[in-house]
This record gives sequence, C-alpha cells and structure tokens, in this order.
Amino acid sequence: MPPLPDAQPRPEPTLAMNFERTPTLARTVSLSLLLAATWLVWSGLYKPLLLALGAFSCAITIMLIRRMRFFDEETYPLHFSWRLVRFWLWLGKEIWSSSIEVARVVLHPNLPISPRTITIESPSRHNFDQVMLGNSITLTPGTLTLDVYDGKLKVHTLTDEGAKALLSGEMASKVTTLRRSS
Amino acid sequence: MFELIVQILSWVLLITGSAFVVIGGIGALRMPDLYTRMHAASVTDSLAPILIIGGLLLQAGFTLFSVKLIAILLFLLLSGPTASNALASAALLSGYRAQHSEEDKT
Repeated sequence: MPPLPDAQPRPEPTLAMNFERTPTLARTVSLSLLLAATWLVWSGLYKPLLLALGAFSCAITIMLIRRMRFFDEETYPLHFSWRLVRFWLWLGKEIWSSSIEVARVVLHPNLPISPRTITIESPSRHNFDQVMLGNSITLTPGTLTLDVYDGKLKVHTLTDEGAKALLSGEMASKVTTLRRSS
Repeated sequence: MFELIVQILSWVLLITGSAFVVIGGIGALRMPDLYTRMHAASVTDSLAPILIIGGLLLQAGFTLFSVKLIAILLFLLLSGPTASNALASAALLSGYRAQHSEEDKT
C-alpha cells in the first residue's frame, strides 16, 4: 500500500485515539503477527496468564505505534536489504580499527588527543540518512554526533585524524547507497 | 578438537571485550573534558558488547539463547548511540564548550 502523499495536510495528532483506516491496516496486521510470533518464540512458556500478557503487550505496542503515526512514514520497519548487512560489516570494521586507535590514545602516557568540532554535510535531508549517519558516527569510537540541523551534522572528534577521515565523506557515501534498494 | 577451538576463540573474544571495557573506564578517568570522556566510554559502548556477546554466542551455539543474545546486541547498538546523542546535545544546549586544539574554535 502506498504511503500518504506528503502534499495532503495531515490532521493534527490529538491525545484521543486517532485510528486512520486508509494506509495502515495491512501494516498493522502484519506487525501484530510479527509481534505475536516474537513473543511466543521468546517466552517459550504457554500458560494462559503469559499468553494474555503477551497479547496485551502487543496491543499496547500497536496502539502506541499508531499514535506515533509511525506507519505514515515511508520507512517501514520490515524493510530489509543485503546492503544493510554489508554496511554493518563495514561499520564493524570501522568500529574495530577506531577502537584500537582510541585505546592506543587512552593508554599512551602523554594522552595525545587533538579534539576538534567539525561540521559535515548530510548526504540528504532524508530522515533515514541523517539518523543512519549520525548514529554510525556516534557508534564509532572517537567520533560523536553533537547535533543535527539543516542537513548538517556537528561532530566532535577525539583526534585530528578522525576528523579528516569523516571530512573525506566515506561514511556519508556508504550511507547514501543504503536507501536505493527500497 | 573442534570444541576446543570454539572454546579458545570464545574466551579470546570475551577477554578482549573485557579488556576494552577496562580501557574505556581508564579513558573516561584520564580524559580532560566531557566530550573526550564520552569518546573513551564509547569503546565500552560499541566494540566491547560486540566482542563479549560474540564470545557468549560461541558458548551458546545454535540455540534460542543465541537469538536472544543477537537481539540484545542489536538493541544495545541501537540505543547506545541514541543515549550518547541525547547526552551530547544536552551538554551542547546547556552551553558546555569543548576544549579544542588551536586550529578551529567553533
């Protein structure tokens, strides 16, 4: 089902339950099934009380998600692609090498830090790209996203080398390739 | 024989992960200001859980425990940066300035 086009003005979210019928029914059902399956597999106990609690948790989760209007966005939580796995492997490698670097700095008797705050351009204004890039930067030791605004990311780095690596834009270009498959 | 290799690998991962936790702690003590302390602590946040849960996965083998461990790792890796981000932007908003080397004072 296609998401609502952005041009239509969305009604203001209210505190009252606001169930829209149009785009979310199939997604609600599939997410409910996924949640229920997850609960059943992970609890491994099939007593009536636990099953009821599970059903209750799933219902609450669905209600919260619908109120957050999560389904209206173009990002659907069940999207999955092998590019993401490749990106994670690359990110793992980055985390490994920069952890070694930070550990070396920490254990060095002179503590050779050269902290900088730099601003890098996000590859796009798309929420997914910005979140992915910001979180990947924070996840990599030695670099820390301070702020995201106007498609720019303010990043604090522990060393000058870390800042230069980010300014080269390798991570940003990796992030942009992620969304193309969806 | 295979069992022994898995055990050795598992313990190598567990001990390396623990070492990175300790290094993160040492770094958090040695660094001069909040942001640099967070850099040191992020070793504990990112690489250490990957290594430790990797080691535990080798101990668990192909069981339901492994699925749960992978889920725990995934949640840690998603929530860790989010928490760091909240902390960093709270510090930034409250006017905490980073200590910089000379070249760029922003």
